[in-house]
Amino acid sequence: MKVLVAVKRVVDYNVKVRVKADNSGVDLANVKMSMNPFCEIAVEEAVRLKEKGVATEIVVVTIGPATAQEQLRTALALGADRAVLVECADELNSLAVAKLLKAVVDKEQPQLVILGKQAIDSDNNQTGQMLAALTGFGQGTFASKVEVAGDKVNVTREIDGGLQTVALNLPAIVTTDLRLNEPRYASLPNIMKAKKKPLETVTPDALGVSTASTNKTLKVEAPAARSAGIKVKSVAELVEKLKNEAKVI
Amino acid sequence: MTILVIAEHENGAVAPATLNTVAAAAKIGGDIHVLVAGQNVGGVAEAAAKIAGVAKVLVADNAAYAHQLPENVAPLVAELGKAYSHVLAPATSNGKNILPRVAALLDVDQISEIISVESADTFKRPIYAGNAIATVQSNAAVKVITVRSTGFDAVAAEGGSAAVEAVGAAHDAGKSSFVGEELAKSDRPELTAAKIVVSGGRGMQNGDNFKHLYSLADKLGAAVGASRAAVDAGFVPNDMQVGQTGKIVAPQLYIAVGISGAIQHLAGMKDSKVIVAINKDEEAPIFQVADYGLVADLFEAVPELEKLV
Repeated sequence: MKVLVAVKRVVDYNVKVRVKADNSGVDLANVKMSMNPFCEIAVEEAVRLKEKGVATEIVVVTIGPATAQEQLRTALALGADRAVLVECADELNSLAVAKLLKAVVDKEQPQLVILGKQAIDSDNNQTGQMLAALTGFGQGTFASKVEVAGDKVNVTREIDGGLQTVALNLPAIVTTDLRLNEPRYASLPNIMKAKKKPLETVTPDALGVSTASTNKTLKVEAPAARSAGIKVKSVAELVEKLKNEAKVI
Repeated sequence: MTILVIAEHENGAVAPATLNTVAAAAKIGGDIHVLVAGQNVGGVAEAAAKIAGVAKVLVADNAAYAHQLPENVAPLVAELGKAYSHVLAPATSNGKNILPRVAALLDVDQISEIISVESADTFKRPIYAGNAIATVQSNAAVKVITVRSTGFDAVAAEGGSAAVEAVGAAHDAGKSSFVGEELAKSDRPELTAAKIVVSGGRGMQNGDNFKHLYSLADKLGAAVGASRAAVDAGFVPNDMQVGQTGKIVAPQLYIAVGISGAIQHLAGMKDSKVIVAINKDEEAPIFQVADYGLVADLFEAVPELEKLV
């Protein structure tokens, strides 16, 4: 079965972001960019499915600027077979991304689409669910375990109260949570091999998709800073402060 | 303007996050209707009708909605939602699962996890794990929004007397089915609703040592949480994780024990009223957000704290 994995290029999770002085957004100049951590987990899960003989081909897709080819090459080095870049200079909202992915799904006809549950820049947690709505597929979000069995996939999901397992008809959408797997590192020979794997570039226009959004970001500000308080010397002093100063116990 | 709020409910009771979401709806202004979708949810609908400020409760009582499967619930919400100016749901795992599917069916972009209402079409929400706050405006005919509970004080659960109306439409997409669930059982308050939260991190060393925190929590009437490091290390289950991708809490008192204070953990608790940090590393970043910091060995400090409170 064919597996499609969608990945996003984002600011590396170790970078402490700064808001631009004109409040137009976050400063991305000279900032290290990486594959979104949840997307790395999505790639890893697809590769493990291929290693188990469940998946036969892994196609990785991203929607982003030309530089997002770096993240596609990373996915190819990790074990994806070929890549598709939907090149788009502007930052798109989730619905436009889902519509573009729907066009890729129509073309590729995968049995399983794996995405990260959210991108660590916009923190939206929307694209997988929206793609599921547009394709009409079942969705297994926040997955901590994925088991393909015949024409179904069982997905164990991390929910507020614990874990829930659902069975979805294939084709289906899965979004990954943190504990689905631990992504591997790409080996040097695989990084070299990845340079020769096919990478196709298409445009939203060629896919016939409008990328208009109903949302507009008016401004981006730094959050109210929380200043450090005091150090107490003993547990007794802490309890005294909590009782008499903060009055919270 | 009329706003539809999707009720979160469990075990036949309205979940607290619903009350925060109704509070956000009240800030937007207009009539507030609440949708209760599920199976055998007559009691939930009656309870929802008593929530302060609610004008009408819609009940979709059908086996297809029993486990809140998004393939079945989203078409229902989208069909009903067309008649509303806003559709709101709490940013719980259910709300996050269902609402983007609704937004796509309505062909609109969603605004996730709002923390404030600036006007009927403009909202604030955290991005980059709370390291930036975006102000977002929507021109959608139906504005689809999830609400972060900690941004809004809950409305009263009692005092209203809304009309209850059954909505007939049953959607069974036949694409998914519920297999089972493993829910954590605890007599302690729920993390996101607790007034006091005691959380442990990697410094706890193992799962067994969390007994010190449980015992302190029971004396304080607190809930117990954990950092991602403690969950990843297998000390405690995932439903205890506080952070960017876990639960977002804002209690009156948050006690961080053996937690270094990674950005993604701070994103989940930095709106707490008072933060206490107990850590033996005085350079730990958690001390930069703590109101009261205690540099000490947690295995001595926690039992002493339990004795003194």
